[in-house]
Amino acid sequence: MAKVKRSPWLLHYDGSSCNGCDIEVLACLTPVYDVERFGVVNTGDPLQADILLITGGINTQNQSVVKQLYEQMPRPKVVVAVGVCACTGGVFKDCYNILGGADTTIPVDIYVPGCAARPQAIIDGVVKAVALFQKRADEYSAKKERKN
Amino acid sequence: MIYRVISVILFLLLAPLVGGLLDGIDRKISARMQGRIGPPLLQPFYDLKKLMAKQTIVVEKAQTFLLLSYCATQIFTGCMFFAGEDVLMCFFVLSTGATFLVFAGYITYSPYSSLGASRELIQIMSYEPAILLSCVGLYLATGTFNVSSIIQTPISLILVLPGFFFGYVFMLSIKMRKSPFDISTSHHPHQELVKGITTEMGAKNLAFYTITEWYENVFLLGVVALFIVNKNPWSYLAAVIVVLGICFLETLIDNVSARVKWHVMLKVSWIVTILACGINLMILMLINRG
Amino acid sequence: MEMPIIPFLICFPLLVSVLMFTIRVNKIRNAVAYISAVAIITGTIVLVVQWAIGGCKPIELYVEVEWIDRIILGVELFCMCLLTYLCFKYKKYWISLLSICPTLLIAWLDLFGPEREEIFHIYVDHLAILMCLIIGVIGCLIVIYAVGYMHGYHHLHTEIEDRRYYFFMLLFIFLGAMFGFVLSSGTLWVDAFWEITSICSFLLIGYTKTPEAIVNSFRALWMNLLGGTALAVGVVLQVIDTGNDSLQLLVSGAVLRNAGCVIPVALIAFAALTKTAQMPFSKWLMGAMVAPTPSSALLHSATMVKAGIYILFRLSPAMDGQEIGSMIAFIGGFTFLAASIMAIAQSDGKKVLAFSTISNLGLMVACAGVGRQETIWAGLFLMLFHAVSKSLLFQDIGAVENATHSRDLEDMHGLIHRLPRLGVFMFIGIAGMFLAPFGMLISKWAALKAAVDAHNIMLVIFIAYGSATTMFYWTKWMGKLISATNDPPFKDITKRNEVISLTIHAVLMIALCVLFPILSKIYVEPLMLEMFGVAHAVLPMNVLYMLVVLICFIFIVPLLAYVFSKRIKDVDKIAYMSGINEGDDDSFTDSFGEPKKLVISNWYFKDLFGQRKLMVPCIAITTAVIVVELVIIIGGTLL
Repeated sequence: MAKVKRSPWLLHYDGSSCNGCDIEVLACLTPVYDVERFGVVNTGDPLQADILLITGGINTQNQSVVKQLYEQMPRPKVVVAVGVCACTGGVFKDCYNILGGADTTIPVDIYVPGCAARPQAIIDGVVKAVALFQKRADEYSAKKERKN
Repeated sequence: MIYRVISVILFLLLAPLVGGLLDGIDRKISARMQGRIGPPLLQPFYDLKKLMAKQTIVVEKAQTFLLLSYCATQIFTGCMFFAGEDVLMCFFVLSTGATFLVFAGYITYSPYSSLGASRELIQIMSYEPAILLSCVGLYLATGTFNVSSIIQTPISLILVLPGFFFGYVFMLSIKMRKSPFDISTSHHPHQELVKGITTEMGAKNLAFYTITEWYENVFLLGVVALFIVNKNPWSYLAAVIVVLGICFLETLIDNVSARVKWHVMLKVSWIVTILACGINLMILMLINRG
Repeated sequence: MEMPIIPFLICFPLLVSVLMFTIRVNKIRNAVAYISAVAIITGTIVLVVQWAIGGCKPIELYVEVEWIDRIILGVELFCMCLLTYLCFKYKKYWISLLSICPTLLIAWLDLFGPEREEIFHIYVDHLAILMCLIIGVIGCLIVIYAVGYMHGYHHLHTEIEDRRYYFFMLLFIFLGAMFGFVLSSGTLWVDAFWEITSICSFLLIGYTKTPEAIVNSFRALWMNLLGGTALAVGVVLQVIDTGNDSLQLLVSGAVLRNAGCVIPVALIAFAALTKTAQMPFSKWLMGAMVAPTPSSALLHSATMVKAGIYILFRLSPAMDGQEIGSMIAFIGGFTFLAASIMAIAQSDGKKVLAFSTISNLGLMVACAGVGRQETIWAGLFLMLFHAVSKSLLFQDIGAVENATHSRDLEDMHGLIHRLPRLGVFMFIGIAGMFLAPFGMLISKWAALKAAVDAHNIMLVIFIAYGSATTMFYWTKWMGKLISATNDPPFKDITKRNEVISLTIHAVLMIALCVLFPILSKIYVEPLMLEMFGVAHAVLPMNVLYMLVVLICFIFIVPLLAYVFSKRIKDVDKIAYMSGINEGDDDSFTDSFGEPKKLVISNWYFKDLFGQRKLMVPCIAITTAVIVVELVIIIGGTLL
């Protein structure tokens, strides 16, 4: 883990979750799990974020919000769907207003299952996301260099 | 002359390193105070590297230009200071630079950024009297505004200027954006204004902003050292210790206090300034007159 | 040496004013106004050149002036009758007393008073020349601007009777009186011209004849007349005690602690406080903003209020270390702080300008009150920069009002995009008021240093706090100007003559900043020498060098940054809003799913810094200080 010396900044968006996963996400920041030791910062600003963490399913109302947040993030970026609702829609899947998981709206890279997702699983997902982010960042700078 | 050039070059090269390192220490100590392990010491540099590598984005084109101007003026301020020039002039340029930052906040469409800019202005209004009066204090104690002459003083100025020192350090927590006075933007990830004045700064722009902040902090701490150093070379060591102590103090205050509303900040800082600096000023002037 | 140019400068505007009143065809009158304005500027330049050719030495003229004295007395009596008539017409009977008493007192002195020594009645030195330049150049530019502005004004305000002939008549009378004021050295003459400027100001404020304008004009009248009364009493005492009416002799007498000079100096300084609208007399200047903008620019910011500053500068050597000096410095410093705090709570552009005028005048008054060479140096530069930038700002806000039908700060959101030319002028004007390296800031630097040297603790604290609040309201305004907006541009209906005046002002502003060190060297230091007999450089050499670097830096850095930021390839993102950005950065989706326009407004803190809350205590404090100090001074001298 120590090898991933990067600074992934998270943007946490609560779709239509029951708040179970959100509490677990916040639990990751507490002294017990302390994700900041990996340089993870939970920022509230899409323009500064690298990883979009979505909890809860997508409904008709928040679809445009999620889309906009995703678009506002500068590249390279990674999306993590946390909890079963964000992955597939979960128990709310057949609700009249639910469109499904986060991947109905934006491309999702990492799926973290669980209801609610356990902090260990979330951290695991974030770490995977960091690795992916690292890869994309390298590709991105390589592409930029080639252009020059 | 040659010393001046060397010290300016050293400032230009080392200030970002020192500033970043202090930032890293601050984060580490904060984490420990909260019972966490905290990020690696060099985390601020990783952050910076990442920000530079990201896609360049802007919300409003002129913002980059204003931020660069902000960056350049703050660095210039530091250069002036470490070249031993007029300290009052340094602060005037510093506040001019701060206006560039405020403009950078105002110029975007985002309400968060705009509100952050307004709050930044209130912060400036809060700390400006303390800064000006501290300069006046230095002048009264040594008879000059020139940094190169001030450091030749036979005794450490903190002995005659304790009130000014207190006022200045108090002001530092506003200037360094420490809680309870981090109302325009904060180092903590969340704020009621998202990221306040920096909301619309992403990637490279944020990197410029961060570097500028490091330069600025080194300059501000340099002024703290000015209260300590005297003719004796050992005083420089004392100054370093005091500066580190002040940094620790700021971190401590940051961690034990909650953010206040703007008018509390304004009132408290103005009252502290008038009490600490004003009384010290009065005593100094009476002594000087006699 | 005869200098016909001096009577020309005083009498020519008066003649033109008669023409202005008689010509009722707008086009012809406008043409005459242009030509006269250019003639006055030329006259001013001729005066400066003649004086410079004479080696920049003080010029003293007019010893035998019996018949001029009589004419001036006649004019004063006429003014008295006019004011009494107006006071009775509008049922403000008691105000007429403030005109009748001093005028009769002066008339008594003139006709039956003690024999006066022969003195020079005209005195031209560096300070007078500087004032002449301000009056001549800025005053005439404002006249040129006024021609275009008043056209648009009456177009916009059709409910107001078009009395432009009367307006321009007053402007020219005022110019003549101002020249007379700064060039004369006999206090009797000074008093007469002083009264005339007060009356011009009174009539111009009441130009629109609305109830508000009438109330405000009478407020301005009584406050100025109160000062005029003090001045008249001071003059009479001076003549009785010292046997002459020379301002120069009065100052030199007071410097030598001559008992007969102390009370006249105190009374004249008090009169200056009313003219410069210091607390507790600030309210008249606020009320004066109902007048059309050119008169606000000319009388209530750029020139007339400077008359008070001018007379204080003349007296300043007599105030160093004296009781009256500490009173003036306190009132000035206090006004500087209080007015700048109240400016924060204003959203009407002209009101902000009015408060900032009062506040800056306060700083100049404080500089004069300290009476040291350094403070006068700072004060002179403050005066110069203030005259140019305020004139620019007032004219600009007038033009903006004509184009957008509003002068509220909130309506100036993104003005630089919507009305680019006027927006840029406004930006330059405001930058000139407080931003480094523009002169205001350097002057503040010098004022602070001088206040410390003079051991004036209160003033140091006032400056430290006042400059923070000054910064706040200006930056807030500038931020508003440059804010991003998608609103459509306004139609720029600014007349060509307005643009000419604005452009010259903006160029002058920048030139002053760049030439600032040179100006200090070749002009202000000789002035110091003349006034104090010594002149050491106020700016140390290293600060001077740094200034040059700074000026280059401030102008070059944004340029380089601009070029650099152009080169960065970037991707536009939409702004982060409190809801979904509708995509145009201008509106967001609200909780009902409807697009809602985003309006960002500034903070004014009306409940904390409001005029209503602060004005009364401030007036109480300053009135108390003035009364107590005057009692101490007068009582101390008489006992």
